[in-house]
Amino acid sequence: MLFTSYGFILFMAVLLGVYYIFPKKYQWTLLLVASYFFYAFSGIENFAFIIFTTLSCFFVARVIEKRKVREDEYVALNKESLSKEERKAYRAKEKKKRFYILILGLLLNFGILAVLKYTAFAVKNLNSALALFGADKLTVPDLIIPLGLSFFVFQSTGYLIDVYRGKTFAEKNIARLALFVSFFPQLAQGPISRHSDLAAELYTPHPFSAKSLKFGLQRVLWGYFKKLVIADRVLVAIKSLLGDTSSYTGAYVALLIILYSIEIYADFTGGIDITIGIAEAMGIRLKENFNHPFSSRSTKEYWNRWHITMGSWFTDYVFYPLSFSRLMMKLSTWSRAKLGNAVGKRLPVYIATSVTWFLTGLWHGAAWNFIVWGMLNCLVILVSQELEPLYRRFREKFPRLTASYGYHCFEATRTFLLMGLIRSLDCYANVPLSFRMWGSMLTTFNYKSCFSGGILDLGLEIKDYVIIALAVAVVAVVAKLSEKRDIREWLLGKTALSWTLSAAILIAIILFGAYSIGYDASQFIYTQF
Amino acid sequence: MEKLIAILSSLHPDVDFESNDSLIDDGILDSLDIVTLVTEINATFDVIIPAEEVVPENFNSAEALMELITRLDEE
Repeated sequence: MLFTSYGFILFMAVLLGVYYIFPKKYQWTLLLVASYFFYAFSGIENFAFIIFTTLSCFFVARVIEKRKVREDEYVALNKESLSKEERKAYRAKEKKKRFYILILGLLLNFGILAVLKYTAFAVKNLNSALALFGADKLTVPDLIIPLGLSFFVFQSTGYLIDVYRGKTFAEKNIARLALFVSFFPQLAQGPISRHSDLAAELYTPHPFSAKSLKFGLQRVLWGYFKKLVIADRVLVAIKSLLGDTSSYTGAYVALLIILYSIEIYADFTGGIDITIGIAEAMGIRLKENFNHPFSSRSTKEYWNRWHITMGSWFTDYVFYPLSFSRLMMKLSTWSRAKLGNAVGKRLPVYIATSVTWFLTGLWHGAAWNFIVWGMLNCLVILVSQELEPLYRRFREKFPRLTASYGYHCFEATRTFLLMGLIRSLDCYANVPLSFRMWGSMLTTFNYKSCFSGGILDLGLEIKDYVIIALAVAVVAVVAKLSEKRDIREWLLGKTALSWTLSAAILIAIILFGAYSIGYDASQFIYTQF
Repeated sequence: MEKLIAILSSLHPDVDFESNDSLIDDGILDSLDIVTLVTEINATFDVIIPAEEVVPENFNSAEALMELITRLDEE
């Protein structure tokens, strides 16, 4: 069931109505039924995976917590008889056992993700290797990836790790955990929530709140505006540009980079607005996933502002554990002794950053495009890190220039274009084609023909570009204003203005949603990840 | 404490680490800084900081970080 389908709007209307008349104590059970109902539309057979994740995480978390409680009780009971060293040794032994149980839980869940998402990719690469030796090819399996697999596996494994680390508690009621794993608004494209943040929100009774309902619906409307007026309209031109890559080189590649940046922003932030808005309408607060990413002045800053919950997942559960592992510390000590302080200091950062970005790329999709995308992001971040002393000297030498608004705009534009360039790897069929297309921007000088009439051959008319430009301007102004204040709070006392603006957005969606140009509301981009 | 301040200052010479108590909240230390910091602490104090201890409360100030190092050393 797509967020942009009439069926979903009907589903939400019914759910909201029932939700607020339902006994408050059992609202969460209604959400669980609604989430499973929503998930059933993606295919009944997919239930096997989400139920497996729920069951395995439930039991593994319970065992880990029980063992920890037993360990604490044992230490408390034998406080007098155990020496400090004996206590430390006992705790270390128990921690190791809990760690092995955690690893089992992680392997079970990442195993499913690996098999379903990456088997075909692995077999294709194996076939390429076999072809070099003239061996027979293996059949590439055609496995169906259940809706939201990457998201619910990441959310659930985060829960397991947090229980192991003592940052959250193990759920005693399996139905409650089932809701945490399957909460429908965030199932398809995140945000990836932490149990310590979401659990209380999901299970606490939520009495009717006109403010929450209004704020939630306003946010949903805003999300639909971004998705239907901007993203789906821009997509028409993007499809044309990708449909004929031999013709659309040079300036058209630059155009694609800009259009795809606009599309993915409108699509993903719009989808998250709908997700957070739906939850908010039910009184449930979800973590924000974006913080004005296109105003970022560096790649590092961009990644702190874009898809925040995924970034923090990789930071907390991959980057830090890997960086601080005993192996890495030993490597650092060894390299300091053998290769000098400068290398020893950098080695853990370089290795952990590279592994994290490799996995981030792989998470986005089983294709070399995504792996190269991840490694290019890694390269830019590490090079920027190395150049930081140079930037610092530049800032010290030209303090007025670097503090000016113009310079900030320059940095933001540079980051936007650089991220857009790397992001265009999502679009082209393979990595060599992407590199050829990038190269053509320097060798094919068709900029005049592209911008003087060529853009009108991409399935969009002048009025479509005007609508896109105006809608993007509205989104940019709203984004700028919301940096300083919460616009919905500001509108709270201004009833007439609030209703006028909401009505204007609704009318804009009805009039300018991309329904009239032979295109139905498309799937959200991040659902496929 | 001087050793720790020296490590922190090598990362950001322009920051007053003696008084600043919002190093994480204000985005002064990012994830790459933290890894460099932790490897430096390991080399200087022979203390391994586990990933679960990377929370703002432990890294927001030099004082909090010193308390963490002392606690881990005693454990």
